[in-house]
Amino acid sequence: MRPVAVIGLGKTPFGVFPDRDLRSLAVEAGRKCLENGHVTASQVEAFYLGNFAGPAFMGQNHLAPYIAEGLGIEGIPATRFEAACASGGTAFFHAWAAVAAGIYDIVLVAGVEKMTSQTTPRVAEILASAGDVSGEMRAGATFPALFAMIARRHMHDYGTRREDLAAVAVKNHANGARNPYAHMRKVITIEQALAGKPVADPLTVYDCSLVSDGAAAVLLAPLERAAEFTAKPVRIAAVAQTSDRFALDEKEDITTFPAVKRAAAQAYKMAGVGPRDIEFAELHDCFTIAEIVALEDLGFAPRGQGGRYTSEGCTLPSGPLPVNASGGLKAKGHPVGATGVGQICDIVLQIRGEAGQMQLPRHELGLAENLGGSGASAVVTIMRAA
Amino acid sequence: MKVYTETVVHSAPEAYVSEAPYQIAIVIRDDGSRVTGRILGVRVSIDDAVELAETRDGVPYFRKADK
Repeated sequence: MRPVAVIGLGKTPFGVFPDRDLRSLAVEAGRKCLENGHVTASQVEAFYLGNFAGPAFMGQNHLAPYIAEGLGIEGIPATRFEAACASGGTAFFHAWAAVAAGIYDIVLVAGVEKMTSQTTPRVAEILASAGDVSGEMRAGATFPALFAMIARRHMHDYGTRREDLAAVAVKNHANGARNPYAHMRKVITIEQALAGKPVADPLTVYDCSLVSDGAAAVLLAPLERAAEFTAKPVRIAAVAQTSDRFALDEKEDITTFPAVKRAAAQAYKMAGVGPRDIEFAELHDCFTIAEIVALEDLGFAPRGQGGRYTSEGCTLPSGPLPVNASGGLKAKGHPVGATGVGQICDIVLQIRGEAGQMQLPRHELGLAENLGGSGASAVVTIMRAA
Repeated sequence: MKVYTETVVHSAPEAYVSEAPYQIAIVIRDDGSRVTGRILGVRVSIDDAVELAETRDGVPYFRKADK
């Protein structure tokens, strides 16, 4: 396998855009990305699209060539990847694999979701289709309910407190306020987070990521050609995609995500680093408890201690391991299919030193974790300055 | 049978909006297998004993056991 670099990125703001459709969002991110990577549409050899539920949200299927056409890149392989909330990360993984294997040189990866044209109950139903619709979802579960049950068990087994969950939300909101591309740029207090409207006990609205529209894109090339396109290539030191049991009630222990642990072990080995070497991370905080569990599964905090680690300030921008300096899914927003690609964009911006007010003091080795469903898919990526 | 974990759903999917708030739980059956079901009657907590009250549309409905 040959080393692969990210040579360009582009994204739309995440938020509520009633007058934008799915294609225009994806095309905006893709065009910005091509421009950023100094690549013309005709140089792109393959197009990988992450999208969770365009057909359900928008009634439009066959999305990859639909968006490729909008970008003026016709005639090449254009493929959509769906892995629930890990759709973007999955598209990125397969794009990397193709470039690493020498099949293509210049590959465009985009992620997109257009969610806000539906009512909240309908959104809940579409998102629920990423779970077991013949089992847990038929019983009346939602994604917030599945993660609420994880939170309850984590609190029971490890003494994680409601305040620890709130600390994740307070931090990510504070971070998002510094991100011009974030959906919600609003600082909140721990009291507000604790008093939020209940969604699924013990989770309130402040524990849940946002329903957002948005798109993100990155360009990949072999590291040896990266200098043709950019002065600041960012090397993909490792990327691993894994899977696990589908339904939550099929798992032995719901307070950990084996898919994340497996992907992390592979990625650390491939990159030749360990959790202590990682300088900053973008973690999949679809719910506050998910960031806490990810801290443990990735080896940043001891088992059961992710909540305390957060409450002690370890994941603040000034802490030893800044997490979600972008605001995360909680504040930046969670346009499902765009999320995994958006995380890569935010890691790249940090490593390039282009993160503006979000810029972290240590920013040379970053990790992204993208989770699908209640843990049935995971992608872990480690990136460093080339 | 006992409760492995539970939550009260306030924000329900389209099909169940009229029933919210309602409690769901992952229940450990006596043979060790697990299932997600609804809770009828009083709210339950982790480790509470439950019994099967009925099955509707393939969904088990549990209630807190007397002791």
